[in-house]
Amino acid sequence: MKTLVWVEHEGGDLKDATLSAVTAAAKLGEVHLLVAGSDVGGVAEAAAKIAGAGKVHVADDAAYDHALPENVAPLVAALMADHDAFVAPATTTGKNIAPRVAAMLDVMQISDILSVEGEKSFTRPIYAGNAIATVTSSDSKLVITVRGTAFEKAAAEGGSGTIEAVGSTGDAGLSSFVSEEIAQSDRPELTSAKIIVSGGRALGSSEKFEEVITPLADKLGAGIGASRAAVDAGYVPNDYQVGQTGKIVAPELYIAIGISGAIQHLAGMKDSKTIVAINKDEDAPIFQVADYGIVADLFNAVPELTGKL
Amino acid sequence: MKILVPVKRVIDYNVKPRVKADGSGVDLANVKMSMNPFDEISVEEAIRLKEAGKADEIVAVSIGPVKATETLRTALAMGADRAILVETDDEIEPLAVAKILKAIVDEEQPGLVILGKQAIDDDSNQTGQMLAALLGWGQGTFANTVEVGDGSVEVKREVDGGLQTVKLSLPAIVTTDLRLNEPRYASLPNIMKAKSKPLDTKTPGDYSVDISPRLTTSNVSEPPKREAGEILPDVDALVAKLKEMGVA
Ligand SMILES: Cc1cc2nc3c(=O)[nH]c(=O)nc-3n(C[C@H](O)[C@H](O)[C@H](O)COP(=O)(O)OP(=O)(O)OC[C@H]3O[C@@H](n4cnc5c(N)ncnc54)[C@H](O)[C@@H]3O)c2cc1C
Ligand SMILES: Nc1ncnc2c1ncn2[C@@H]1O[C@H](COP(=O)(O)O)[C@@H](O)[C@H]1O
Repeated sequence: MKTLVWVEHEGGDLKDATLSAVTAAAKLGEVHLLVAGSDVGGVAEAAAKIAGAGKVHVADDAAYDHALPENVAPLVAALMADHDAFVAPATTTGKNIAPRVAAMLDVMQISDILSVEGEKSFTRPIYAGNAIATVTSSDSKLVITVRGTAFEKAAAEGGSGTIEAVGSTGDAGLSSFVSEEIAQSDRPELTSAKIIVSGGRALGSSEKFEEVITPLADKLGAGIGASRAAVDAGYVPNDYQVGQTGKIVAPELYIAIGISGAIQHLAGMKDSKTIVAINKDEDAPIFQVADYGIVADLFNAVPELTGKL
Repeated sequence: MKILVPVKRVIDYNVKPRVKADGSGVDLANVKMSMNPFDEISVEEAIRLKEAGKADEIVAVSIGPVKATETLRTALAMGADRAILVETDDEIEPLAVAKILKAIVDEEQPGLVILGKQAIDDDSNQTGQMLAALLGWGQGTFANTVEVGDGSVEVKREVDGGLQTVKLSLPAIVTTDLRLNEPRYASLPNIMKAKSKPLDTKTPGDYSVDISPRLTTSNVSEPPKREAGEILPDVDALVAKLKEMGVA
């Protein structure tokens, strides 16, 4: 089978999420990649170095900047004439593009796969990860999004793909990019952080969140996450949300602070290697998945912890 | 402008789903069902656009069993003007839903279709994007803010890195994210009034759409269970554990 993997990139850098998608694609067959956007030569070179990379298709056109799905999906659909499966990471970009491609090809997308079970069989989470379904496609082509935490990252070096330019399908004239507010931070990205410190509603304000959570995260070199409640209340931006409808993470260590452990939150972090919970309610559901818990007021326990590390 | 709002009847978000012992699926017998939470946000957004004078009619659509009528009545009680039930007892995939919605869009000619970003049962996150492809319209997914202008709509989207704003020409598709609005509760008088609002019943056959599934589910199982660990007596004990793990 010949796969076409969507290469996610930003500011000239290839994003890590691509590497897990490559691992999933390699289980299906040959790995070809697609790099789209203007001035993406560097990204294409990086993509060619990914272990296992075959052909790297490069579509150099400003119409593909910001990955507008109205412009990108026709490009992918055209390239799918020569490929059997389109594989994208289940990032907000992948989720935006892949279903549009699937509908253009008249196939059902398989969302968020956890494993490859056979040529056309996969497992995927449903009901906030409370159930795992094994599904088999009867479509002639596959469109798949890949859950990053479920697949090892392919090695970023060692590959020797060949770069090939492909023609542009142009601007569909349906949409345009206006602006973006992308947080710049030296902190590890949530989806690749080894340690995550996450805060919930109990923090009470953005000031307290900053005052209590940030120093601990700094000490541990950790990424910072949050529950939906903390995001809704405006303590932190939307991209901090961990959960069923936010980011899926699986770090070595996840520290949940003042988070009750609703199923929607657990869906995003319960595959973490070690979970620590700090909550003043001993009956909080988070303790049912935590390896280590402390029943305490976070406003005392967290500063004490930070001080003692 | 007319707004079409597809709403799905799903397991209530407060219920913990139970996998059936025979691996055939999730047990929905006697389980509380509700409108998909993202669809409540869609209905609310449509009502706000109508209240702001940007829309004049809101049509709610649901594809599913007769019981989905309750979901449509909820949409009507919140403020939708009329409803369409496309009745089927079959399990119906996002691609087929998108095809039925396309046929309804062709008939109704809305300026905007507002869907949820994700149904909390199948967690597919596909239908809106698929409908946009079938119609050849722009799509503003995971919407945090929607501003309808003259012949276009600006959608601020919740993306992995933060927020992105795109401008789409109308008609267009929007899918809602959690921060778009806080849905209202239907008042008792509005619940009463909703009972007399028009609700049409159709079948997938009326739209000549082939809804046969493309995916077969051979097994549904429980994920590996995590065991509850240890409650530690104090912060010192946690520091010791973290040191053992080599992180401190
Ligand atoms: C459609 C939908 C999608 C959703 N998606 C997500 C998602 O992706 N991610 C997500 O997180 N949620 C999601 N939710 C929301 C989820 O259901 C919960 O409402 C949310 O996770 C609760 O956040 P929380 O634990 O911070 O708040 P709460 O449930 O209010 O918990 C606060 C906790 O803090 C503890 N506490 C209070 N004060 C202190 C103190 N001083 N010291 C120590 N502990 C204290 C309390 O005992 C409590 O356990 C979703 C909901 C819906 C309907
Ligand atoms: N059976 C259905 N009836 C009405 N709307 C639906 C149905 N299935 C999906 N939708 C819409 O599509 C959105 C995304 O669903 P999904 O792609 O299944 O995650 C939902 O929030 C609804 O707005």
